[in-house]
Amino acid sequence: MQDGNSRTASDILATTQTWKEAGRSVALATVVETWGSAPRPTGSHLVIDADGNFEGSVSGGCVEGAVVAEAIDVIETGKPAMLEFGVADETAWRVGLSCGGRIRVYVEPVN
Amino acid sequence: MDLSLLRQMNVERAARRAAILVTDMTAGSQRLIKRNVAYSDDPLAEEFDKRFLSGKSGLVKTDAGEAFLTVSVPAPRLVLIGAVHISQALVPMAEIAGFNVSVIDPRTAFATEDRFPGSSLLADWPEDVLKVEPLDPYTAVAAVTHDPKIDDYPLMEALKTGCFYVGALGSKKTHGKRLERFREAGLSENVMSRIEAPIGLDIGAASPQEIAVAVLASVIKALRKPEGVSP
Repeated sequence: MQDGNSRTASDILATTQTWKEAGRSVALATVVETWGSAPRPTGSHLVIDADGNFEGSVSGGCVEGAVVAEAIDVIETGKPAMLEFGVADETAWRVGLSCGGRIRVYVEPVN
Repeated sequence: MDLSLLRQMNVERAARRAAILVTDMTAGSQRLIKRNVAYSDDPLAEEFDKRFLSGKSGLVKTDAGEAFLTVSVPAPRLVLIGAVHISQALVPMAEIAGFNVSVIDPRTAFATEDRFPGSSLLADWPEDVLKVEPLDPYTAVAAVTHDPKIDDYPLMEALKTGCFYVGALGSKKTHGKRLERFREAGLSENVMSRIEAPIGLDIGAASPQEIAVAVLASVIKALRKPEGVSP
């Protein structure tokens, strides 16, 4: 049912609302699927603003940089994006999950 | 995500009400399902039932393709009826395990700050306390006073509310008498069978501290492996 993760996840949703209401352009990233030993469970959130400020996590810090960069694009275009990270992915050489897991992250603008 | 949907979701969360944000991964459209607003007409209704119990977010297959369910459920609470020896051990253990814990006992000799330093302690009758802080499905209730005048009301309330765990201290004989009273009060056998009595996981607990471990184990089991939900 509930755990530390879901509590953190909902704190991020509260932060998302606060940032948006303060007039910042915001995107929300959500872990929608995991395989293997992914560091953060499905439903974990990361909120990002247009300046690259962020709160929360979608991994143990391994791929947040790449998600933030994508999120800034999502904020500019207004279109959601699906990202995938993991050792099976060629991007793993640049940004990957050291634990060997694989995750899919949905990034959407908050309007 | 629409800001108004996000606001509604945060409102539900702040009020300790469960909600699910449904995101259609193909169309990108979103809708919010609230646990206390009927959703049985929704094609995903059965899935929502399971998710409200498990609290887990995840992808589901739909006619249109795929949908992601962001499940928001309140943090788990443990309400202890009785500021007794078991509770003195159980409060810190349950807090370490991540529960918000409160202790209710109208007997001011038991409910003292000295015995429960820094705890959420309510030296009042459960009838009065629960009016102000009602139970909800994400709350566990353990009644450990041995006194029907104190235990019965919150136990019945917990059953009516659908608290995820309901336990009562007492021997089989004591519990038999309790069931007789509840039957007279109009509770069904099915509902009454949800009471765990004798209380706690059967680990042969002997001391109050060991019983506290057994009760906490039962509460965690009810939280993590709810009946009717596959792991």
